[in-house]
Amino acid sequence: MNISIATQIARTHLLAKKRQTLIAMLGVTFGIAMFITMISFMQGVNQFLEDSALDASPHIRMYNEVNTQRPSLIDELRPNGFNVVYHQKPKNEQARLKNGFIIADRIEKAPGVLGVSPQVATQAFFNNGPIQLSGTISGVNVDRENRLYKLTNRLKTGSLNALKTNPDGLIMGTILARKLNVRVGDKVTVTTPIGTTRVLRVVGTFGFGVGTVDNTKSYANLPTVQEMLQRDPSYVTDIHIKMLDPLQAIPFGTRLRTTYDYYTEDWATANTAILAGEKIRNMLTYVVSITLLVVAGFGIYNIMNMTVINKIKDIAILKATGFDQRDIVAIFLIQAIFIGFSGGLLGLGIGFGLSYLLSITPFDAGDFLSIKTFPVIFAPKYYGLGLLFGVITTILAGYFPSRKAAQVDPVSILRG
Amino acid sequence: MNPVLSAQHLNKYFYDPDKFHVLRDVTFDVQPGEFLSIVGKSGCGKSTLLYLLSTMDTDYEGQITMAGTKLTGRSQDFLSHFRNEHLGFVFQFHFLLPEFSTLQNVMLPGLKLGKYPAKEVEERAMEKLRLIGMADFARKPASKLSGGQQQRVAIARALINDPTIIMGDEPTGNLDRANSENVFAIFRDLASKGQTIITVTHDSDFAAGTDRIIEMSDGQIIAYHENKIQ
Repeated sequence: MNISIATQIARTHLLAKKRQTLIAMLGVTFGIAMFITMISFMQGVNQFLEDSALDASPHIRMYNEVNTQRPSLIDELRPNGFNVVYHQKPKNEQARLKNGFIIADRIEKAPGVLGVSPQVATQAFFNNGPIQLSGTISGVNVDRENRLYKLTNRLKTGSLNALKTNPDGLIMGTILARKLNVRVGDKVTVTTPIGTTRVLRVVGTFGFGVGTVDNTKSYANLPTVQEMLQRDPSYVTDIHIKMLDPLQAIPFGTRLRTTYDYYTEDWATANTAILAGEKIRNMLTYVVSITLLVVAGFGIYNIMNMTVINKIKDIAILKATGFDQRDIVAIFLIQAIFIGFSGGLLGLGIGFGLSYLLSITPFDAGDFLSIKTFPVIFAPKYYGLGLLFGVITTILAGYFPSRKAAQVDPVSILRG
Repeated sequence: MNPVLSAQHLNKYFYDPDKFHVLRDVTFDVQPGEFLSIVGKSGCGKSTLLYLLSTMDTDYEGQITMAGTKLTGRSQDFLSHFRNEHLGFVFQFHFLLPEFSTLQNVMLPGLKLGKYPAKEVEERAMEKLRLIGMADFARKPASKLSGGQQQRVAIARALINDPTIIMGDEPTGNLDRANSENVFAIFRDLASKGQTIITVTHDSDFAAGTDRIIEMSDGQIIAYHENKIQ
């Protein structure tokens, strides 16, 4: 087989039918451009949702669940009897994690742990004049919490140091602050579920970009919240843990649960909806992309088939003058590869352009997500993948017509 | 002298639509430098015989030996290479590749053989075009040439690898009188320089000018005529 002469013949064929070549190329171009655009956008959305969800939630949350069912005494004594108990109340149990600080210090020393933040979290009412809003208030050690959630970066107004120095300080989510119509320096009355109230001063606002957090959450100092709940200084309800590798959180959480016998919840469980959505979007992206490429492939197959039929006399002459089957396959396969490769490259360019346009298109997600434009990822691996798919599709689409061409029987054609 | 081509007991059948014995025990030799023509009525099997000799049709019984090489039972790739090196073809229809220039058409089999570098193949192609008087048209696209011109270029292409044998299938069958004479003159000239040529023709004037005529009927050779060329 002689590649250079096959290339020369292929080039002549392609140039002789420029319009047909261009149309075949555009089929691939369109397929790849859409593939790039779709995958960049979908992956951008996935990444954005995952990041915002993961950033705002702990990798592992350890807590004590209070609403545990318990059998009545009579049920325990007469398990098979006909027992009727009216109005059984839950046992008075505290949400406290016993030795919470010691547990936190121990966990912090474990390998692979980025940071641990023991805290007291409770429901609360925020009052500012006639406005009443429900939310949560977390009593935290600011430095430890900052290590987990990079609060410094999340602050919109105020400062973290103000919270450290002011025992009555409060940092609240931006949306919550807006709804309460308070700014840094304003006072807010906070009512706890047990009925105590306390006036706290807003020293900062933060925004995670996740509606459910910015809408409800606020931070105060740990001793302040303990006092509001009338608890002792060792009272801790939650331990938030961040790992260096989020995937390690799942086995680590299970281990913690068996060690300390408290409930643990990992990020994957807490964000099942987001992860399921991601799977569905991925599936959708690949199905649509592959469909586009297959359609483009059939386009090339058709055009190559037509080319072979048009060139059947030429093929017979070439075979008669000594070109063997591999030469003929090479001639037509080179044409298909050229179409696939150049169409693919063009598609990458157009795909990049479309993704870029999308990434600067304004998009208002309201209070739910803090983005101004569509999230788009520009990852080289998708471009490589697109080109690879494009070339493989064209090789397959070009191979069958060229094999047919190679099997042309010159005698039956040359007879006339 | 050893024959350059030897056909031994060739038998060929067509199966479609019915089994038909198209060649019956055809045996003959061709000497080097001979200008041979095969004549006969339509359907007598002369074209079929030529395609067997051309190695493109391998479905036959008997044995073909060419240039000292037994060709029966060889692989397609071997035969392709053999055609490239030893055979030149001139067909009745479909002369040239229309997208290529005259020169490229002549060069292609030479480039395929790869015996000489491209530059030298081009020089040789120009030389062959001069031989048939088509050098002025070298850069023209083949599709712009007339039928007679194309046929002459096809002869140049057949010559590019200095083939052992040139085979023509009704090389003048589709040409007018003037062009036919022109093409015949070229063949005659080549034959006088020692080129072996086998043509199938039903042009009696053409056949009369060749060294030897094999006359066929119903798949058999019925007569040989030696022409005494002055």
